[in-house]
Amino acid sequence: MAASILAVDDSASMRQMVSFTLKGAGYDVVEAADGVQALNIAKTRAVNLVITDVNMPNMDGIALIRELRALSSYKFTPLLMLTTESSPEKKQQGKAAGATGWIVKPFNPEQLLNTVKKVLS
Amino acid sequence: MSFDMAQFHQVFFEESFEGLDIMESGLLDMDPGAADAEAINAIFRAAHSIKGGSGTFGFMNVSEFTHVMETLLDEMRDGRRQVTGDAVNVLLQSVDVLRDMLTAARDGGEPDEERVTAQRADLDRVLADRDAGVPVGDAPEVEGSTSAESPGDVQPIGWRIVFRPHQHLMRTGNDPLRIIRELGSLAEMSAECDIAELPDLESLEPEDSYLSWNLRLHEPIDKAQIDDVFEWVEDDCDFAVIPVMPDSYDPAATAQPAEPDTATADTDKVPLQAAPPPVERRDTADRRKADERRKHAGGATGASSSIRVDIHKIDTLINMVGELVITQSMLGMLGDDFQMSRVERLKEGLAQLERHTRELQESVMRIRMVPISFSFSRFPRLVHDLSQKLGKKIELKMSGENTEVDKTVIEKIGDPLVHLVRNSLDHGIETPEERAAAGKPETGTVHLAASHRGGNIVIEIRDDGRGLPRDKIFAKAVERGLVKADDHLSDKEVYDLIFQPGFSTAEQVSDVSGRGVGMDVVRRNINELGGAIEIESTPGEGSAIVVRLPLTLAILDGQTIRIGDETYIVPLVSIIESIQIDDSMLNKVAGRGETFRLREEYLPIVRMHEVFGIDEHDADELTDGILVVVEGEGRKCGLFVDDLLGQQQVVIKSLEANYRKVEGISGATILGDGSVALIIDIPGLMRLAKQHAGRSDAAMALTA
Repeated sequence: MAASILAVDDSASMRQMVSFTLKGAGYDVVEAADGVQALNIAKTRAVNLVITDVNMPNMDGIALIRELRALSSYKFTPLLMLTTESSPEKKQQGKAAGATGWIVKPFNPEQLLNTVKKVLS
Repeated sequence: MSFDMAQFHQVFFEESFEGLDIMESGLLDMDPGAADAEAINAIFRAAHSIKGGSGTFGFMNVSEFTHVMETLLDEMRDGRRQVTGDAVNVLLQSVDVLRDMLTAARDGGEPDEERVTAQRADLDRVLADRDAGVPVGDAPEVEGSTSAESPGDVQPIGWRIVFRPHQHLMRTGNDPLRIIRELGSLAEMSAECDIAELPDLESLEPEDSYLSWNLRLHEPIDKAQIDDVFEWVEDDCDFAVIPVMPDSYDPAATAQPAEPDTATADTDKVPLQAAPPPVERRDTADRRKADERRKHAGGATGASSSIRVDIHKIDTLINMVGELVITQSMLGMLGDDFQMSRVERLKEGLAQLERHTRELQESVMRIRMVPISFSFSRFPRLVHDLSQKLGKKIELKMSGENTEVDKTVIEKIGDPLVHLVRNSLDHGIETPEERAAAGKPETGTVHLAASHRGGNIVIEIRDDGRGLPRDKIFAKAVERGLVKADDHLSDKEVYDLIFQPGFSTAEQVSDVSGRGVGMDVVRRNINELGGAIEIESTPGEGSAIVVRLPLTLAILDGQTIRIGDETYIVPLVSIIESIQIDDSMLNKVAGRGETFRLREEYLPIVRMHEVFGIDEHDADELTDGILVVVEGEGRKCGLFVDDLLGQQQVVIKSLEANYRKVEGISGATILGDGSVALIIDIPGLMRLAKQHAGRSDAAMALTA
């Protein structure tokens, strides 16, 4: 069965880009527009990888990672954040919250797929 | 793998323009000095998304520009910088510049570089203005260590890596195995596992990691590649990367920049050397190149129109279609084996079908409906900018922003509304001094309200200014020869004069209310939408412009009329009443055509069969047929027809798109029996009738 990936971003274009790229590579993709939505989805179905934006309304990416990591079913799940180069401190905050790693924006589909392949192998 | 990023451009532009609107309204609401943290955050998020998206989709100039704005907003958000009026203004202007840049990017044009550069400079100036910053110790720039290269000129032949995950590493979602495998993919590798730390089975935590590894890469790959592998786990493990030198190499011969990594001490007998350097920015040059490529790929995306629909509306629609399918299958079953005894059920089924079809139609129409706030949202900015320019104090109130109206109406009503609001600000509201002298509060109010009334949407622009100057308008109309000095006109008729072409009372044409295009254009635009405009005004207390528009342009409530064998549709909104007249109401004035008296007014009669050239018609005598009293562009007349058939909603089909524009006809529709009926354009018909009357008068004059 194809690995399922939860893509979280409040920007529809980024979400579509991520989703389209991953679906094209055969992954099963679920989308969420903010942390609250993502958390609800993650609680109701098993996801093999979460890719989340950091800046989002309602619940940001850091809080989402913290919440997810606290769930027993997501203890070991790779949680990646999408960050911009301008925020090394965000990376640290994300790591402290339990993030596996990050993808630096802007990125292209190849970079995204390489990273995903890396953590899902 | 590569594919065309252009497919995401449209969504990106849509959400970016939405983001700009969020930024703009957020900035307008912002109180310098006492800004709401969540408000700043929302603006920041919008900027951040635009930056991220534009970078990803290859609009580097947009990304770079937004980056500066984002930096400024970030400092405000973190409380490192006070929100000053100056900063807010510069940000507002930057939003404008950004909008231009995005528009140019979308339409494949070039942004105004000078403006962009000037605005950049302005932003940089605000950023550099440390006085506005809340004093914090300047955080030292963390510079990437440059000492990490392998010592000397001698190249290593491979690498030795000591990797000891911390116990919690797996709980970050990382996996030592994955990291080792990745290293193995870089070069030929041999691995050795160290199980010294493995505890007794009783005290072993199955979720912790206790193992460490000694790895050897047998190829002289770039050290940065190795560091990349460890990028995510730098803080979750101890690791050391030691170059393996050729046997001939003597380490003592070259200087050692060694800086023992405390964290990796005593993992091995080999002295560990060189902490991993902070990872450098990934090859920017390569990325730029990729972006260039994408930029070219996505060059040709034109603006196409799309609409965002609330998911609930779609759900309702799907639900409705489901019902329709059920009804259809029910009717199908009934038809397969029909007996007269079941005719009642057939009727029931047909009634159900009708109901569902109507509901479906309504739901589909609702998809095109968007809140009028799409049109209203530009006004806070407009009022803010204009009131500064005019030196007036004006507060804008808005209500009913969620009133829904057809998207086409929204698109077309924008400019007329802007014109009306500008007029209110420019001519209506007085200067603070004037207002104070008149005993009014210094701040004037403009109220923009939308609401549903019947099948219409009503938009009101109400101000508490000086009202319309009746005498000035009248004098001007006399000067322009529109009325005679001794004409007695009601207030309403005087106010209506401002809709006449070329009418403007502003003594000096200001650059605010525009020149040339006046209220006549506004009224024409509104009439084209099937709407009407009215003025109310009280001297010294203010005025109100009331715009009435149909909810949709796709469906029309019509009255079907018959002339001979032809059926026409008259829009119900234009009809005042339909009457049968007797001789006492008729009035024939020589040379001015036929008129009739309706209460205190004399209205012209338009014989429809003459205008449309229908020879076979029932009624010749005016008293035999029916007069439909209609109003258009402020004028009334009676349409002489054979009969009224009924009222029904008709779907408007464009005549222009399928045939060509026909004077006096606004479109066509298909009736229940499949025949085509033309929809009458009342103002157009009146013009047509006037020409017609002129011609027949001339013809009569010739024969006489």
